[in-house]
Amino acid sequence: MNLDYLDFEQPIAELEAKIEELQLVGNDNALNIADEIIKLRGKSLKLTESIFSGLSSWQIVQVARHPLRPHTKDYIGRLFTEFDELHGDRHFGDDKAIIGGVARLDGKPVMVIGEEKGRGVSEKVARNFGMPKPEGYRKALRLMEMAERFKMPILTLIDTPGAYPGIDSEERGISESIAQNLAVMSRLKTPIIATVIGEGSSGGAIAIGVSDWLNMLQYSTYFVISPEGCANIIWKTAEKAPLAAEAMGVTSSVLEELGIADETIPEPLGGAHRDVDAMAGILQGRLIEQLDRLQREPLDQLVEKRFNRLMSYGSTS
Amino acid sequence: MSWLDKIRPSGLGTKKNDRSTSVPEGLWIKCPRCDALLYRPELERNLHVCPKCDHHLRIGARRRLDIFLDDDNRVELGTDIEPVDRLKFKDIKKYKDRLTAAQKATGEKDALVAMRGALYQQPVVAVAFEFAFHGGSMGYAVGEKFTQAAQLCLKEGLPLVCFSATGGARMQEALISLMQMAKTSAIIERLKQAGIPYISVMTDPVYGGVSASLAMLGDINIAEPGARAGFAGPNIIEQTIRQKLPPGFQRSEFLLDHGSIDMIISRLEMRNTVASLLSKFTNVAEPETVTEVEPESKPAVDEAETEAPSEE
Repeated sequence: MNLDYLDFEQPIAELEAKIEELQLVGNDNALNIADEIIKLRGKSLKLTESIFSGLSSWQIVQVARHPLRPHTKDYIGRLFTEFDELHGDRHFGDDKAIIGGVARLDGKPVMVIGEEKGRGVSEKVARNFGMPKPEGYRKALRLMEMAERFKMPILTLIDTPGAYPGIDSEERGISESIAQNLAVMSRLKTPIIATVIGEGSSGGAIAIGVSDWLNMLQYSTYFVISPEGCANIIWKTAEKAPLAAEAMGVTSSVLEELGIADETIPEPLGGAHRDVDAMAGILQGRLIEQLDRLQREPLDQLVEKRFNRLMSYGSTS
Repeated sequence: MSWLDKIRPSGLGTKKNDRSTSVPEGLWIKCPRCDALLYRPELERNLHVCPKCDHHLRIGARRRLDIFLDDDNRVELGTDIEPVDRLKFKDIKKYKDRLTAAQKATGEKDALVAMRGALYQQPVVAVAFEFAFHGGSMGYAVGEKFTQAAQLCLKEGLPLVCFSATGGARMQEALISLMQMAKTSAIIERLKQAGIPYISVMTDPVYGGVSASLAMLGDINIAEPGARAGFAGPNIIEQTIRQKLPPGFQRSEFLLDHGSIDMIISRLEMRNTVASLLSKFTNVAEPETVTEVEPESKPAVDEAETEAPSEE
C-alpha cells in the first residue's frame, strides 16, 4: 500500500505504480509502451476525477489531514514576498504552532498569521502538531493589533487539530486567550481574511478565524468537535467518525449553505498536495481579488458589517 | 484528542453527578462531597450550600437568578427565542427529539435564562445557564439570548452579570455553535468599549466553547468555591499527556492562583459582593446589604416560576 495515497485512493495508486514500472522498462524499448503509458495516464486521470467528484464528508476530512497536504509554511513562500517572521507574545514565550509575520501580497504589506502542524517528527514536536498554547494566540493577537496600527490587512491560515489540551495550557489561561482574540478581532479596524487550508478544529481554529471573508479550500474541513470526538460521545467509539462527520456538516459546501463560509477555493485534481504550486497560485489570485474589494470599503463600514455578520450567526432570517 | 470534553466532560456529565445536578425529591439530601445528611428546607435556606462542608451543590438557572436578584421588578428577556435545528442533526436520536426531551425535563426552551431586574435597587441584567438542559451547552438559542441581553445593556447602560454552568459548545448545532463564541465575545467587546461592566460568575462546571468565550471575558471574573472551569476537560487532558492531573486542577482555587479569576465568592455572599462591586463600577453609593441568608423559605421561587414563559 502506497502511504502517499489514502485508502479510497488506492486504485489510483495502483495505476500510478503501473505507469512508473512501464516508464522504467520503457526507456530502451518499443513504441507501444509509450502508448500504453499514455493510455494508463488517461485512465488514472479519469479514475481520480470520478473518485474526487463524489467524496464523502469523512473522505474530505482525510484529505484535509493528508500527510502531504501543504501547510502554512508551504503557502507563505508561494503566496507572499519579503516575509519576515515575528516571534513571541512578549509575556511568556514563542509558540511555534503559530507562525506570524509581515510580508507582501502583490506588493502590498500584509500581516500573515497561520497555524503550522510541522513535517517530520522533530518539527512536528517543536510545533506541537499545530496545537497552539495561550502564548500562540497571544502572539497572534499582538501581531493583529500591530497590523491595525500600521494599516495592514490580516490574512490568517487555519490548520489545527485544536488548541492544546494540557496542564500548562490551562495554567496560562488557554480559554481566556481564545476568548480575547474573538473579542478583539470583532473590532479591529483593518480587513481580515481567514482561509481554512486544512483542518479547522473548533476553538483553536476560530481563535484566528473571525473575519470579513472566510475561505475554505475545497477539501478543507471546519468543525466544532472532531468527528472522532463527536463519535466518542454519541456512539462511544471513534470508529463511527464517518457518521459524525456527515451529521455535523464539516465541509465547505454545508458551511457555505449555513452562511458561515463565504467561498470555496477549488483545489487541483486529487487535492492541494498533488500540485502545491497550482494550489497556491489559485489561492493567491483569490486573496488579491478579495483584499482589493475589502480595502475599497470604508473601514468603519467594514467593521460594522463584520459585527453584524457575527450577530447574525444562526439566525434563520 | 479533540473536543470530547469540551462538549460534555465525562465525569462532569449529568449521569455520574446526578446527585449534585438536581436535587432529588424527599426531605433529606446527602451532600455529594461530605455525605452529610441534610434537611432539605434547611439546605434550601442555605442556598444549596452544605452547612457542614461548604460544598456548593448545583442549582438551576431560575433558582440562581431568584436568589441573586431583588424580588421586585423582574422581567424575563428573550422568551421567544427557540433552538433551531439547522442541520437536521441526527445520530442515534434526532436532535429535535433530544431538544423536546430536554424542554420537557427542565421546562426551559433552551439552556439560558435571562432577566432584567435589580440588585439592591441597582438596575441590572442577569443571565444564568441551565446545566440540566443539554449540559448547559451553547448553541444558537443560548448565544442569541445572551447577545440580546447584552444588547439591552448596551442600549440602556445596564451592567450585565452572567452565571455560567456548561459543558461547552453544543455539538448538534456544529459550526453554528462555534460561531456563537465569536458572537457573544463580540457583543461583550462592545460593552467593554461602552464602559458597561460585565461580571462573569463561573459555577460548577464551565468548559469548552463557553469558557473560551463569554465566561472568561468578564471585567471581573468570579468563581464559586470548588467550581471547575477550563478549556479541556480533565479526561481529555489526561488522555493527551498521559499523566495524572494534580489535585485541585481547574478548581476555582487553581484559577485564582493562576490569575484567571479575580475572586472566589461563596454563594451566600454573591449578591452582596456583586452589588458592592457594581456600585463602585457605576459610581453609586454602596448599597445597604443584608448579610444573612434570608430566613423565610422563599416565596420568591414561586414568583419566578409564575414569570416563566408559557411553554407548554
